[in-house]
Amino acid sequence: MRPKKAKKIVFKSAEEMPLMICSVGHQTHNLTGAWRNIRPEIDLGKCIKCGICWKFCPEPSIEVVDEWPVVDYDYCKGCGICAEECPAKCIVMVEERR
Amino acid sequence: MKKVIMGNHALSYGAMLSRSQVISAYPITPQTQVVELLSEMCADGKLDAQFIKVESEHSAMASCIGASVAGARTFTATSSQGLALMHEMLHWAGGGRHPVVMGNINRSMAPGWSIWADQNDSLSQRDTGWMQFYCSSNQEVVDTVIQAFKVAEALMIPAMVILDAFALSHTYEVVDVPDQALVDRYLPPFKPAIKLTTDDPRAFGGLTGAEHYMELRYRLEKDMEKAPALIEETGREYGKLFGRDLGLVDPYLCDDAEFIFVTSGTAGYTARVAVDELRKSGVKAGNLRIKVFRPFPFDRVREVLGRVKKAAVVDRNCSYGAGGIFYQEVKSASYGRPGMPPLFGYIAGLGGRDITTDSFKEVAAHALSKDRPDEEIVWIGVKK
Repeated sequence: MRPKKAKKIVFKSAEEMPLMICSVGHQTHNLTGAWRNIRPEIDLGKCIKCGICWKFCPEPSIEVVDEWPVVDYDYCKGCGICAEECPAKCIVMVEERR
Repeated sequence: MKKVIMGNHALSYGAMLSRSQVISAYPITPQTQVVELLSEMCADGKLDAQFIKVESEHSAMASCIGASVAGARTFTATSSQGLALMHEMLHWAGGGRHPVVMGNINRSMAPGWSIWADQNDSLSQRDTGWMQFYCSSNQEVVDTVIQAFKVAEALMIPAMVILDAFALSHTYEVVDVPDQALVDRYLPPFKPAIKLTTDDPRAFGGLTGAEHYMELRYRLEKDMEKAPALIEETGREYGKLFGRDLGLVDPYLCDDAEFIFVTSGTAGYTARVAVDELRKSGVKAGNLRIKVFRPFPFDRVREVLGRVKKAAVVDRNCSYGAGGIFYQEVKSASYGRPGMPPLFGYIAGLGGRDITTDSFKEVAAHALSKDRPDEEIVWIGVKK
């Protein structure tokens, strides 16, 4: 199960709300990983460290750590672009367990 | 500096003197010269603004909203069908609290195709959360654009500066173009409390649940209710710097009047001539020109109505099935208050038909011949 990190904010009065309709606090608090239905899993044994998944991820939620790709599941929405673009075909999209 | 300029160019000068930073617009008759001159001003370096060419009025307003969220002072102009195409984005600017200022040239809605003046285009947008200023001279247009930015940015509510097609948009008048240094003193740079920036990334205009939506609209209404006092205060401040006070309404000979016209736009000045002529023939006439339609100046209208015996509201618009739109508002202002006079409603000048002094004399003759109004709409100058 994915942990539910997002917390719903309910204001008590009109005055304490921001005047403009906008996200409250930093946008990085919005953990979009909760939207995901399928998750990318990388088989590092087949990975050729080309960086194409990092380059194509629109979020971006693939980081390169010590030359290897690492998915940030807090933000990955499971779009599958990385799996589609990977030339070594080492990324598979696996259904999320709920 | 005094210049002889057309109403459309009066809007351009207002936007230039206000130091607009982003201008995004799509041309439409009879608004075209507004943005023509602004694009020249940008090209010549007289105005340091981003000029965005777009493929539609919907995109024009969308890009203005984007620029406004990013903290830029933003101006656009349109008319009639263009304003109608913007409708969705007008709600976005009003509800999202983005203080865009827009010039709108009052042009009749098609069909039948018309490029001539009436007010149905802007009055159809009255519930979008925009302030609406109806101007009657080119001088008032320049002055009102500058004031509109000041009020809009203080309240974070967008504002429309509105003028009649051709009767004002293409009519040349002497305009005292305000001094830039004085305008800078009156109108400081736009500094919104929240804006779109990479230092503090936020999403704007997102999903708002039932637990918050009503509070946002409550605040919009409460801030709109602050607008009449702020318009008068900033109008007096403008008067001190430039010698011309800007108010919510413009009463003419109303102090001792027994019968008044209630008017707006250029017809409001024609009515003054009719008032002078009626006074010569012994009728104690007056004219109450309503400049600001949203927020509606209820108090100022009631003050004048309470002093007269009869009032005739002349509308250059029609809400089909309910009559003149200013007439409805004036009736609602007087409802349930003691000492209010009988109110008569007239419709004239649709599709650019001229409203002349004779039109006003016809209105006066009709209203003065009756004790109370017996029909919801009286049409002036229609071929029945």
